[in-house]
Amino acid sequence: MEGLGLAYLGAGLGAGLAVIGAGLGIGNIAASAAEGTARQPEATSDIRTTMIIAAALIEGVALFGEVICVLLALK
Amino acid sequence: MKRVNVIQAKTLLKIIAVLVPLLFTMNGLAYASPEQPSKALKSNVSAPAVPAVSAPATEAAQGAEVAEGEEKAGDVIMHHILDKNVLAFEPFGEISLPKIPPIAGIDISITKHVVMLWVVSALLLIVFSVVSGKYKNMSATQAPKGLANAMEALVEFIRLDVAKSNIGHGYEKHLPYLLTVFFFILFCNLLGLIPYGATATGNVNVTLTLSVFTFFVTQIAAFKAHGVKGYLQHLTAGTHWSLWIIMVPIEIIGQFTKPFALTVRLFANMTAGHIIILSLIFISFILKSYVVAVAVSVPFAIFIYLLELFVAFLQAFVFTMLSALFIGLATAHEGHDEPAAGVAHH
Repeated sequence: MEGLGLAYLGAGLGAGLAVIGAGLGIGNIAASAAEGTARQPEATSDIRTTMIIAAALIEGVALFGEVICVLLALK
Repeated sequence: MKRVNVIQAKTLLKIIAVLVPLLFTMNGLAYASPEQPSKALKSNVSAPAVPAVSAPATEAAQGAEVAEGEEKAGDVIMHHILDKNVLAFEPFGEISLPKIPPIAGIDISITKHVVMLWVVSALLLIVFSVVSGKYKNMSATQAPKGLANAMEALVEFIRLDVAKSNIGHGYEKHLPYLLTVFFFILFCNLLGLIPYGATATGNVNVTLTLSVFTFFVTQIAAFKAHGVKGYLQHLTAGTHWSLWIIMVPIEIIGQFTKPFALTVRLFANMTAGHIIILSLIFISFILKSYVVAVAVSVPFAIFIYLLELFVAFLQAFVFTMLSALFIGLATAHEGHDEPAAGVAHH
């Protein structure tokens, strides 16, 4: 039972840590994109596309972490 | 881009119109339940030795859902997320789907998500045959109206902003695949948000199949663009031969992580939204409070639902965009004329 409790604890902590990483990463992207758009409004649509791709990739990595946490919690 | 926004708003309105009755049903459930759990709790107190699982099935179906709190909430959520052999129409009963005996150890029986895939295929066939029929009766100077206009906006968006800007030269060849995958995923995602629907893209098998398609399209496009020799050269990433022992395995693994990332991204995004909505609704069941139901569960569930509506479009777009990007990377020539192609249409 103790091992199971530790697994739940690990899953919860891991989910939080993965979200911290993804949040920082996507926040940085959004900040840079906003800055870039403000400096160069004519490149808005290119910047948006690049931003979405990068955010999706970061989100993908975070989701790997979340999936592992879910697997831990469901064990 | 403006036209796309208008269409999303329209779809949003329609889906809200469908959502409101659903939420009323859930509210009714929340108000009806508190009398039953007290009964169920009493029975639990009077006979603590009897585990809840062995309680009669009829009582379990009515009262136990609320009485057992958190574990039960988890069960119900998993029940909703996972694939099963029943199409449930809650107040009206359910349809059991036929079970087919496994062939060569593979279970190929028809499940809820398979039915949803069929529904999506049928919807796509109907929508696009109607739309293409409209274009036949139109003169060249007329603008399309209604559904045709909506679909044209999305198709043009995929053609210009996704296919052309990412693949560049020779994007027309890959356009049918990208459009199919976009609309298929979009309809799957949206079907999971209407009552009695299920998210077929919330099943890892479906998303894996879709990304395997992308994998093969990418590999075949790379072979066609570079030939066998060029393809093998691509695997060395243009490095010195002494580094090949490191670079070649990395490049080969890289070919497989791309579809894997596509799989997990779509699956996790679609599943996570549903889990969050159900968890928010179950907060009021766990705490057994009307105040929580009115102040937390329903407003937050609606908010997440609307976010999910956006995510449905976003994930369909992201899957298509990344597929196009991978095809573009695989077919790109060494001269790298992509930036020019990307800017060309603006």
